[in-house]
Amino acid sequence: MTDIPANDATNDAEARTRTREAALIRKRYRAERRFRMYGLAAILAALGMLTVLLVSIVSAGLPAFTTTQIALDLNFDAGDIDPGGSRDPAKLASANYRGALLKSLRAEFPGSETRQGRRDALNMISNNVPFVMRDMVLADPFIIGTTQRVWVKSSADIDQLAKGSIDRTLPESDRRVDNRQLAWFEKLEREERIRTVFNSTFFTTADSREPEQAGILGAVIGSALTLIITLLLSFPVGVMAAVYLEEFAPKNRWTDLIEVNINNLAAVPSIVFGLLGLAVFLNFFGLPRSAPVVGGMVLALMTLPTIIIASRAALKAVPPSIREAALGMGASRLQTVTHHVLPLAMPGILTGTIIGMAQALGETAPLLMIGMVAFIVDVPGGFTDPATVLPVQIFLWADAPERAFVERTSAAIMVLLTFLIMMNLFAVLLRKKFERRW
Amino acid sequence: MTDAAMSEDNTPKELEAALEKAPETEAVKALPIKVRATDVNVFYGDNHALKDVTIDIPEHRVTAFIGPSGCGKSTFLRCINRMNDTIDICRIEGKIEIDDRDIYDRSIDVVQLRAKVGMVFQKPNPFPKSIYDNIAYGPRIHGMVAGKTDTDEMVEASLKRAGLWAEVKDRLAQPGTSLSGGQQQRLCIARAIAVSPQVILMDEPCSALDPIATARIEELIDELRRNFTIVIVTHSMQQAARVSQKTAFFHLGVLVEQGNTEQIFTNPVDKRTQDYITGRFG
Repeated sequence: MTDIPANDATNDAEARTRTREAALIRKRYRAERRFRMYGLAAILAALGMLTVLLVSIVSAGLPAFTTTQIALDLNFDAGDIDPGGSRDPAKLASANYRGALLKSLRAEFPGSETRQGRRDALNMISNNVPFVMRDMVLADPFIIGTTQRVWVKSSADIDQLAKGSIDRTLPESDRRVDNRQLAWFEKLEREERIRTVFNSTFFTTADSREPEQAGILGAVIGSALTLIITLLLSFPVGVMAAVYLEEFAPKNRWTDLIEVNINNLAAVPSIVFGLLGLAVFLNFFGLPRSAPVVGGMVLALMTLPTIIIASRAALKAVPPSIREAALGMGASRLQTVTHHVLPLAMPGILTGTIIGMAQALGETAPLLMIGMVAFIVDVPGGFTDPATVLPVQIFLWADAPERAFVERTSAAIMVLLTFLIMMNLFAVLLRKKFERRW
Repeated sequence: MTDAAMSEDNTPKELEAALEKAPETEAVKALPIKVRATDVNVFYGDNHALKDVTIDIPEHRVTAFIGPSGCGKSTFLRCINRMNDTIDICRIEGKIEIDDRDIYDRSIDVVQLRAKVGMVFQKPNPFPKSIYDNIAYGPRIHGMVAGKTDTDEMVEASLKRAGLWAEVKDRLAQPGTSLSGGQQQRLCIARAIAVSPQVILMDEPCSALDPIATARIEELIDELRRNFTIVIVTHSMQQAARVSQKTAFFHLGVLVEQGNTEQIFTNPVDKRTQDYITGRFG
């Protein structure tokens, strides 16, 4: 602004400047609004995809948490089970329960006298029924010779039929359940001898060829054992490495090189670690195949860079004034680190560790290389027992042809996701609780 | 460091008397020298930060370092308890002696040195622990206290000497960071004197404080000099004039002038000192 009296020309120029400024401001606000919309759209898209994923998994997996049972009149025929009448537990344990079961089935299912009919009848129920009968007899030998109505597990096909996954209107040749079985099932349904109960088997057994007997306990225990090894190896080593690099190491070309390589290691595809584990741990050191101890070692290698990077970031975030205060008090460097820096960095280190563990929990590829993909029906009892882990179990079931494994796959994914969400939630809570105390 | 006396009073009786009577300016010359620096050069990489600094710091007096930002006064201060050792690229030449022993000698343990030469920093930096633990930390790591009653007494004595006891005695378990800025700084001073150092270095201890808190710290400094030798770096010339008996003026890494505070402020010899004190640069 000048002191020259305003004339038309300057007035004009001022007006033009003003309109230009106004236009510029409008444009800036428009750009900001547009930018916000893009951000919002991106978030909505991400949320939408997440929702689709979760809904499809949950809707496919929920039926696996229930199972179908049939009430059968089981004839504990004395002739089959205890021909001598000795009631000797050793003999009872290995008696012919299958014969007794077949007799019961013949009575229950008219038309099961033929070979084909017998197979159909047997396929109505889970093939563990003879073992259920044996356990009942061993628990109470007085039921021998009586007939008991027992709720037994149906076969996976009948389970699918009860849940409506098998279309009853399809022609018989396209259906997993033939007309005879369908007629038996409908008769049982009318007599209210079909019920749906919570599938506790899913949480109490390991893998099985029969879908109705398959569970995830083996995989969960396998995952837990593997993660314990991973944590025991990668946490101390990772934290020590981070503390040394951050607090003690001189800053020179060598430490720079190490830093670059740690960052590179974090980007190495996980299957490479699996190959390394196969070559070194199994072939060179001869450690057991399919064992959680080897899986844990491989995953520890994979998790190390994550923990080192997170720990270094946490240590860096501790203000230097704390170190100066401690050093100025005459604390040694080790005392400075262990008394002050490390406790303050611990929440960050633990958060990084939990996220690294969550990564390891969801890892499949390296474990395939060291044989944890084997079919294992026993719940592992130790670190060297053959085992599988949750994601590998999911992979195995996704590969299985039976219809009933589809829902079990999704259910296992739900269990895995639950664990992962819980771990991440814990990490978030930890961070919230200890956020910046200085 | 001849006697490791940790008692409250390590001033000889006759000295005490002299202190009371003699005018401050004259007392400086009469006092024994606590810290003697000879031709100290400090390099940060290629940067020559301090050039040939030679200075004597008298015992039981407050010595102030003044000078414009970046003049090297803090760098020199940090040489006295070897805090610069923590900086990788820092290199120190020359000789700094405390009680006639070279502190950069191989036989000197840096941890013990720092217990004898305490430090108070520019920004109050209490540990994120309780007030009690802040004070007790130093004596604990140096094995100066045994048992709870011992520690309790020591904490109380240190807080009393720092003039903080009355304000915090009912909340010793609260975190040190919950105190106000001035209280935090006095807590840091209490923490420093808890290990009974002989020298206390203060790096602009009042720069983050309001005038009232500053006044309290200055009072405290004046009381503390009976038992400790104090070196203070300050940006405030009034503060230097108020609390110190000896003043050294640094400029561009050179120790331009040193002398009795009164002389420096009333009758500076060097032109640069005069310009700085009268506010013409800095």
